[in-house]
Amino acid sequence: MADPLLRVEKLVRRFGGILATDHVSLDVAKGELHAIIGPNGAGKTTLISQLTGHLAPDTGSVLLAGRDITRLPAYRRSALGLARSFQITSLLLDFTAADNVALAAQAHDGHSFRFFADARQENGLRDAAQAALQRVGLADRAHVLVSKLSHGEQRELELAVALATKPQLLLLDEPMAGLGVTESARMVKLLQELRKEVTIVLVEHDMNAVFALADRISVLVYGRVIASGAPSDIRQNEEVKRAYLGDQHVVVRQ
Amino acid sequence: MKMLFNVRNAVPTLVVAGLLLLPLYSHLSGNIFILTLFTRIVILALAAASLNLIMGYGGMMSFGHAAYLGIGGYAVGILAQEGFGSGFLQFPVALAASALFALVVGALSLRTRGVYFIMITLAFAQMAYYVASGLARYGGDDGLTIYKRSDFAGLINLSDRVQFYYLCLACLLGVLFLVWRIVNSRFGLVVQGLRSNEQRMQAIGFPATRYKLVCFVIAGTLCGLAGALLANNTDFVSPAIMYWTRSGDLMVMVILGGMGSLFGPVIGAVAFLVLEEILPFIIAIVGTPFVGDAVAGQAGEYWQLVLGPLLLFVVLFGRGGIMGTLGRFSRG
Repeated sequence: MADPLLRVEKLVRRFGGILATDHVSLDVAKGELHAIIGPNGAGKTTLISQLTGHLAPDTGSVLLAGRDITRLPAYRRSALGLARSFQITSLLLDFTAADNVALAAQAHDGHSFRFFADARQENGLRDAAQAALQRVGLADRAHVLVSKLSHGEQRELELAVALATKPQLLLLDEPMAGLGVTESARMVKLLQELRKEVTIVLVEHDMNAVFALADRISVLVYGRVIASGAPSDIRQNEEVKRAYLGDQHVVVRQ
Repeated sequence: MKMLFNVRNAVPTLVVAGLLLLPLYSHLSGNIFILTLFTRIVILALAAASLNLIMGYGGMMSFGHAAYLGIGGYAVGILAQEGFGSGFLQFPVALAASALFALVVGALSLRTRGVYFIMITLAFAQMAYYVASGLARYGGDDGLTIYKRSDFAGLINLSDRVQFYYLCLACLLGVLFLVWRIVNSRFGLVVQGLRSNEQRMQAIGFPATRYKLVCFVIAGTLCGLAGALLANNTDFVSPAIMYWTRSGDLMVMVILGGMGSLFGPVIGAVAFLVLEEILPFIIAIVGTPFVGDAVAGQAGEYWQLVLGPLLLFVVLFGRGGIMGTLGRFSRG
């Protein structure tokens, strides 16, 4: 097998006495959709933050396409093709949807030390932004201020922003958080489309979504990966059932 | 379809027209004082416009912006004292020294956020203030008299009131044009994005500090220009030019006029400095029927008691300053 696109090796992160990430090792192959699930407080967001560079691990390493990125700051990882969405929507609220996406496109179009020409008149950036908005179904909302968008639209915009950086790997931190039933269904459909183009690591609470989308699932409990495998294996795994799925068994039974 | 003439851009247009025609009025009415006053206003408006670039657009609350007024001013004063009277030397040195100072201050203070950033920029400006107070050779606390204004080899005569006024106004309009281009450029959008959500900007691939530092240096440099003009205007430069209250005045001008609006600082500077001039008289005139002219005249000295609540009112009720209020008004 070729090198995995993302390899996480024995990652450890402590907060005081708490071991939030406990020797986590993960491989994500190119083209797969790898879901990370786990109960509240399992350390999912802590793990994601170490992958994106917002949090430094104590020990262990993160490799993207064979390259060690453990100590690179977030903006350098983004340049290498790693994009993320945030669990709590994190957008430029006082900018339009199109501006948010165009800035992401701009970030990956060389440096931005250009002081004179009107960036909003640059067709290259605007077209890229429009394409990304189109992709997530927000094309007709391009010129609306983000603060005026609905929560569901903001979640979709998060995706468009990530896509506009032309990532190799998309880290999605609970993209369905706070979405209603119809909105969730739209998001699942959208992710089903996107996974054909880009490798995705998905952290999600919505079990229906996870089992509908994932090629492989890793289960995180108390900072440790207790199981990793195909959805059918995970569903059968006794340890997972005990540790995590117990109270949600009804939801995942088909 | 955008309205070309709404209240929001009618006011800047009127203000610029007024500023352009002011020397004519001064000439016709024989009122020289108003030209002197407005030269000062135009220069401080330039300084406020440079502060607006980092404070309004960049979200960097620098409380030490007057330092650059001092550095620009002292560059002119010290060079003049040492016998280098050419403006072609003085002005570039003023700008370069300001840029350098901004680079050092920015590199250190941009590691911090919020209140700490405010405090560190303040501390650096106060440091500059005390250094200037210690320059015995250049007048120390008493300041330095500039006997001859910057010499531009006959191109323009800074000692001529009208020519100097127009030079200052041209500098102000030039800086406003520059700021306008910058804030709409790629660089400007990045800086405004960082104000809005730094974490998000990092996540999409922007090294935040680098962009903020460049913005900080541009603003400092532009304010250095205001300092060089201000020293020429008063024929004098002293440490007081960079005292922290002056930094505060600049912030008030920006907030009063409207942070992050292109013309806000100009409107703010005009409003602030004109009020400073006329409030004592207004208080005296309004007070006279009630308490007699002697008491009312004395009361006029406490004009800041009126200006303070006025500012409070603008901050509390006029979100976005004067320009912001006009904007809401024009939208109906």
